[in-house]
Amino acid sequence: MAIAKKAVVWGLFAAGGTLSSFIFPALIALFLLVALGFTPDGLQYEHIYAFAASWLGKAALFIVLFLSLWHAAHRLRVVFHDFGVRKDGLIATAVYLVATAGTVMTAFYLYSIN
Amino acid sequence: MTIRQLELEVMRYDPEKDEAPWFQNYSVPCEEDWAILDAINYVKENIDTTLSYRWSCHMMVCGSCGMMVNGEPSLTCKTFIRDLPDKVRIEPLENFPIERDLVVVLDDVMQKLHKVQPYIIRKDAPPQDKEFKQSPGALEKFKQYTMCINCMCCYAACPQYGLNQNFIGPAALALAHRYNLDSRDQGKSQRLDILADHDGVWDCSFVGACSEVCPKHVDPAAAIQQMKIDGAMEWWKQKLGFPGGES
Repeated sequence: MAIAKKAVVWGLFAAGGTLSSFIFPALIALFLLVALGFTPDGLQYEHIYAFAASWLGKAALFIVLFLSLWHAAHRLRVVFHDFGVRKDGLIATAVYLVATAGTVMTAFYLYSIN
Repeated sequence: MTIRQLELEVMRYDPEKDEAPWFQNYSVPCEEDWAILDAINYVKENIDTTLSYRWSCHMMVCGSCGMMVNGEPSLTCKTFIRDLPDKVRIEPLENFPIERDLVVVLDDVMQKLHKVQPYIIRKDAPPQDKEFKQSPGALEKFKQYTMCINCMCCYAACPQYGLNQNFIGPAALALAHRYNLDSRDQGKSQRLDILADHDGVWDCSFVGACSEVCPKHVDPAAAIQQMKIDGAMEWWKQKLGFPGGES
């Protein structure tokens, strides 16, 4: 059966889009809150650090960052296509390489937080 | 009856005579309750018999009179002059080759409609001496997709079809989805070869213009996204060795 490989990247794109559409508005709201001088206790540096140091926190951060990176990569590929750039192979390779590099770096840095 | 003077700017093109399409202006005395198609019919009957265009039913059933009205893909029998300014530009549907004036060549889409196998495919024998049973709930799942009248406004609105003519496109994909969702059908995996191929659902970037312009309120954009999910799930199932998905 001939299912194009685009199925895989589209799957990551869709999952990343769904997730980030929930997460990022909340993040923006939280940043605004902090910028306006209201820092809830849970957002103190020690708490965030402790969260990123726990395995559950690492897993959650990895999933969010990994899917968002692949969502952004695929979206960028489509944007180039929409703007009439006819170098899909090259663009796909470039954006997915960046997403792969970002995924590896995410894993590495999350792993090194103790 | 009030008469309103409408300035029609109509694209003309005769491939045997004209090097490029050009515009001709007609001043049409319209009655207030006319649709654009009435105004075009007036031109044909009273001003210029050489104007070519397609129409048949004048009641949103046949899907023949799709044209660009002030840049919007529209069914001209459903587009009323009371909703339009005094100057209206009429062009053939975007993204298609022009056969003559407002008539476009639809061969490509006709082939694509055929390609997606838009009919009930059975692997088991159909029930003998009795009808297929289908609940109202099962009918509801695909009913909206049966409303398509092939006016091709969605192809004229689709930026992806404009960029890549190999893309199967909204109406044909929505029609495929209609059969995939039909409880009597068993051809989903057979259609997947075409739908989940490179020029199938993946080329859609979910602009959603197809669903916005559809005069019959079909939602091809949703059909395509649902088929993308099916395609992505099927890819993983195959890679992980699960038995192929079957409707």
